[in-house]
Amino acid sequence: MVNLLSSPAETAPVVDTTRDQIVADIRATLGASVVDSLVKPGDDVWIRVTTESWNSSMQKLQAMGFDYFCFLSAIDWLPSPFGRGEDDPTEPAPERDSTIRPGYTGGETRMQMLVRLVNSRTHVGVNVKADVPNDGYTIDSISNVFAGANWHEREAHEMFGIGFVGHPDLRNMYLPADFEGFPMRKDFPLLARMVKPWPGIVDVEPLPGGDAEPEEVS
Amino acid sequence: MTILNDPVNAKLGDRAQLSYIASQAADARLNVELETEGMTLNIGPQHPATHGTLRIIARLDGEQVLWAEPSCGYMHRGYEKLTEVRSFPQVTSLINRIDWLGSFANEVPFILAAENLMGVEAPPRAQWIRTILFELSRIANVSLFLGDLGVQLGAITPVFIAFRDREYVLNLIESATGGRFHPNFDRIGGLKDDLPAGWVDETKVVMKKLRNFCDEIEALLFGNEIFQSRTRGIGVIPRDVAMQYGLSGANLRASGVDWDLRRDQDSPMAWNKVDFKVWTHPDGDSFARCWVRLQETREATKIVDQLLDGIPAGPVMAKVPKIIKVPEGEAWVSTENPLGEMGYYVVSRGDSGPFRVKIRSASFNNISITPWLLRGVYVPDIITILASLYFILGDIDR
Repeated sequence: MVNLLSSPAETAPVVDTTRDQIVADIRATLGASVVDSLVKPGDDVWIRVTTESWNSSMQKLQAMGFDYFCFLSAIDWLPSPFGRGEDDPTEPAPERDSTIRPGYTGGETRMQMLVRLVNSRTHVGVNVKADVPNDGYTIDSISNVFAGANWHEREAHEMFGIGFVGHPDLRNMYLPADFEGFPMRKDFPLLARMVKPWPGIVDVEPLPGGDAEPEEVS
Repeated sequence: MTILNDPVNAKLGDRAQLSYIASQAADARLNVELETEGMTLNIGPQHPATHGTLRIIARLDGEQVLWAEPSCGYMHRGYEKLTEVRSFPQVTSLINRIDWLGSFANEVPFILAAENLMGVEAPPRAQWIRTILFELSRIANVSLFLGDLGVQLGAITPVFIAFRDREYVLNLIESATGGRFHPNFDRIGGLKDDLPAGWVDETKVVMKKLRNFCDEIEALLFGNEIFQSRTRGIGVIPRDVAMQYGLSGANLRASGVDWDLRRDQDSPMAWNKVDFKVWTHPDGDSFARCWVRLQETREATKIVDQLLDGIPAGPVMAKVPKIIKVPEGEAWVSTENPLGEMGYYVVSRGDSGPFRVKIRSASFNNISITPWLLRGVYVPDIITILASLYFILGDIDR
């Protein structure tokens, strides 16, 4: 299996000049704000900007031509303490690794913001990430740059408990106003799985008579 | 108007008297200093224009909306959380139910994202059949919109025509996949099954019927004077606002943006093998949005016809492991779904199930423009605008 977390040059000999040029342009415009970047040739672009420059980076990217706001969301990189919800509730919970391991373009914090912007002329998009500091989970709002981010930030606020500085109205969208906890955080249990073992577990076990080892992909 | 300055001696005709009263009443309405009491109008959660359970709270001044705010969450099913405890093949049965009128189209981007991470590519025959079924779900979805549009403006007939002709498409989807609404037919590496015998000829007949349906609706509804006066110039979205809010699909193309992911994006699907037109409209109003959808339905029938002529032979399933484990990585795949751009951001940790799935649904972005769009419109136009934006509640709440 190809590990795409390592540098793309050694795993993928294909060169994507369009996307390499986009990253070069972004690095030239944003300067030191760009912490890391990754190009999957022929597929997609990831960049990570500093927390402080989150809002200003968005403004610069918009001015660069990335003017289509696709979505905003967050990722909680903490491995779930409940695994895949397949534990037997009558048994004591097994020990699990809780090291936070970030994805593409790295990161130091548990929560990360993820925004996708698309250039409306070339139709090439970029995924922009930023760390959300572990103390307090707050970051600047970008709803003054992209009006559409308003609702997405409200969703991220109630689901991940991320505070957005400068957001006009962070009321809950889905949950009742007095709901406690942040459902999309990994340490929020999925209660339906807690009270009864999941019968679907048989689906992912080796088939009887089948080979236990996965076949190689042709 | 000397006659009105001396009303005692004046002899007013009936007509003059009436117009005098009317002008006085108009003055009173226009008098901004006159204190009027606002009222709050609650539309929904149960309303025929909401395609599910959307509630709109509108603050009114007379007939005009001061502000309006949709209240979502009546149908939030937490799919993003649920995908984290499902295996990759199990996820398709969940995401089928996001936009329930075009279910098959929901499965495709997720499967493509998983295939992207695994480095698997479905055989050409599977890609073609996928594309055909994708376009059929578009036709099934949008033909219901075209019928429902009439109901929301007070015309009953179009919905019967729409339900009659959508049935043919649903029968096709059922005979190919086994499910009318929730096919769950797409697999990582291909499709569950090949097409049944005789399906291709049957589909061609149905596509002809659907083109007739489009003509019928165009004559019945789009040429109708009442329909035009209620939609033209109502709810205008300028291009740059549409881009900021991330509108997609017909809503974006109706604002004059020539952008269709089927044409403008590299995809393993078979759209680049056929010739089709991307319809746009410069006006950005409710009429434009409805009109673009009508044209797209007709275009979709032509895409299906072209694809049917060229389905390649071969298997419909690539060689994939029996136990699907997706290598570590992140992938974003989106497609041009009936409602607009639908995409999945999939994070995998090398497990049998995804670590995190962000579902980017078209309706969530499309409906987030309503607080901006509904300001200052009149109450009957709320329904027209919402109808023309076309959303599915399951697609907003996920």
